[in-house]
Amino acid sequence: MLSGGDMLLRALHDEGVELMFGYPGGAALHIYDAIFNQDKVEHILVRHEQAATHAADGYARSTGRPGVVLVTSGPGATNAITGIATAFMDSIPMVVISGQVARDAIGSDAFQETDMIGVSRPVVKHSFMVRQAEDIPMIIKQAFHIATTGRPGPVVIDIPKDVADPSETFPYEYPETVKIRSYSPPVKGHSGQIKKAVEILMQAKKPVIYAGGGVVQGDGAEALTKLAKKLGYPVTNTLMGLGAYPATDKQFVGMLGMHGTYEANMSMHESDVILAIGARFDDRVTNSDVTKFCPDATILHIDIDPASISKTITAHVPIVGPVASVLNEMLEQVEASKQKIDKEALDAWWKKIDHWRERDSLAVTPAGGELIKPQQVVQALYAATNGDAYITSDVGQHQMFAAQYYHFDLPRRWINSGGLGTMGFGLPAAMGVQLAFPDAVVACVTGEGSIQMNIQELATCNQCALPIKIVNLNNEALGMVKQWQDMQYGGRYSHSTYADSLPDFVALAEAYGHSGVRIEKLSELGAKMKEAFAMKDKLVFIDVAVDPNEHVYPMAIKGGSMSEMYLSKTERT
Amino acid sequence: MRRIVSVLMENQPGALSRVVGLFSQRNYNINSLTVAPTEDPTLSRLTLTTIGDDRKIEQIIKHLNKVVDVAKLVDLTEGSHIERELMLIKVKVTGAQRAEVKRIADIFRGDVVDVTPTMYTIQLTGTSEKLDGFLQALHGTSVLEMVRTGVTGIAKGEKVLSM
Ligand SMILES: Cc1ncc(C[n+]2csc(CCOP(=O)(O)OP(=O)(O)O)c2C)c(N)n1
Ligand SMILES: [Mg+2]
Repeated sequence: MLSGGDMLLRALHDEGVELMFGYPGGAALHIYDAIFNQDKVEHILVRHEQAATHAADGYARSTGRPGVVLVTSGPGATNAITGIATAFMDSIPMVVISGQVARDAIGSDAFQETDMIGVSRPVVKHSFMVRQAEDIPMIIKQAFHIATTGRPGPVVIDIPKDVADPSETFPYEYPETVKIRSYSPPVKGHSGQIKKAVEILMQAKKPVIYAGGGVVQGDGAEALTKLAKKLGYPVTNTLMGLGAYPATDKQFVGMLGMHGTYEANMSMHESDVILAIGARFDDRVTNSDVTKFCPDATILHIDIDPASISKTITAHVPIVGPVASVLNEMLEQVEASKQKIDKEALDAWWKKIDHWRERDSLAVTPAGGELIKPQQVVQALYAATNGDAYITSDVGQHQMFAAQYYHFDLPRRWINSGGLGTMGFGLPAAMGVQLAFPDAVVACVTGEGSIQMNIQELATCNQCALPIKIVNLNNEALGMVKQWQDMQYGGRYSHSTYADSLPDFVALAEAYGHSGVRIEKLSELGAKMKEAFAMKDKLVFIDVAVDPNEHVYPMAIKGGSMSEMYLSKTERT
Repeated sequence: MRRIVSVLMENQPGALSRVVGLFSQRNYNINSLTVAPTEDPTLSRLTLTTIGDDRKIEQIIKHLNKVVDVAKLVDLTEGSHIERELMLIKVKVTGAQRAEVKRIADIFRGDVVDVTPTMYTIQLTGTSEKLDGFLQALHGTSVLEMVRTGVTGIAKGEKVLSM
């Protein structure tokens, strides 16, 4: 016989949960007491509920296992919303348990009462309100099932305080299987559609494979790499898909989209067949006017979510199914096919792509003297970590530089908020990654703007002894905002600068019990970066002064096609 | 184009708000909506009418299908179907108008279900078009109040929407 609170912890353990992130409060105190009384599920105390959700999110993105969060009612629950929305936009499996006021107080505007089911509704895959303690095991089972299958996403479980009351106990049994009659995610792609797609794919003269976050989340990277190698076709990854195909491989043409490489965007624009996999033709990819999108391309679109297909760009061959299984089936069919790839056309296509490549759209022009370019910091980071770190990022120019210059060869190594673009994501996400992989090198590439949105988590890192390396591309401004103001608002920097009020980040890190280094000279960048990473068991805040006037390029020209980009402050296609 | 979408969903608290929320969240229109439990009390049947081109309707159907509480759904307008709506309308009628309004109600097979010396309440069922037609025929009569249930419908023939 167990109380509601004990049942919850038992069920989490039975579900395989090792770690959860949370913050206590009145409505969750019965549950916190249940946590105290067990040692199976570890709880990490963060310093802000938003950070709990991002940490669980980082854990989920890096491991593929669902992240778990526990917050109290009212402000605890609403603080979690940004992180839930972040996970929702990027299809990350997460289970968020929120305390709620007691059942008989619901609806009475009780102290710390918020309608969490209502507030979270547009940003969850599903939610449950627990109406009686006996339902806890089944609801937990269903919640994890929904969060992790099909297109993954966050699930909220709202638990009224009295449901977890320690004085009432119930028999406990964890269900072995789960079946939800109104929920049946696809398990396999339609073979006829796959066959049709393979035929078109093999006849292509100017093909491109466009792979997104679905390939990473759907564990399809290996299958994608095999298929792409077999075909010899160029591959581009979205911001969310980086690592789905090895970036250092010669078939990789770089990231596409708003800040994609010249060769990736040109390949897309001139292609005759696009194989889109776990990607959603997001507006950061297609540019705003979809009528100009890749005019000659036949689109083959694989996605687990039928609603992602033909949402913005009509697919000629839609395939609904898990990417890994569909890709494996495609590979089998390609291998068995009597049809031959048009080698001559492919060679000509590659010649064209190599010609675009020669333009070297990511070349870094040194600023001159000792001034450091932000791109050079990411290059130094890549060198210091041998390209083998987990990199989380925040949102802004630094995020794009990290995506462009850290070449991800493996999936689940690049962890960023692509869909919602949540500043403040990077540090807590890095905590989740470091806790999942205690021995791995984990770096958070951030900006002085973003890092201040969850800076309090330096305390959590201290408490848990997390040796994260924070690489702060300090341009003394909300750089991405400033870039847009340069390009579209005549350089009027409305509320995007604050140079004279920035904290001393080294002192700040030290105040939280960590180490800090400040790097201001290009000649010292490489060595100091290495030194910082040599401090293996310490969190080091690496504050790098970078050129405040740098812009991210290439940059798509608003309203244009994919072939229309600025390549620098003075050049455009 | 006007569509009638019929949804079979879990009869659970929260299910309706998820479906309705989807429409506002994604900027889809709902023109009418009716919902009630079915012969299986664990399921509700929700019928809504919306307007959109094929692309929009396809998205609406896909997104409705994604709602975990939604078990099955059908766009009734895709096949032959029966559609019904019920209207109660209170009209001010005095003198010669009384006979005239009664006559119009008879033509539309409406029933006068409540009477006072100065008003009728008329009940009418049929397609939305028929109800609209009745309203037009009443033109010139003073309408005091009107309620419509919104459209409900069912496919013709053997086809059924069930678990
Ligand atoms: C929570 C949140 N608020 C506002 C924004 C809008 N925004 C996008 S990038 C950016 C500037 C980020 O500045 P910083 O972290 O210093 O990065 P930089 O662009 O300078 O590298 C802002 C304000 C956002 N993405 N997230
Ligand atoms: Mg900045």
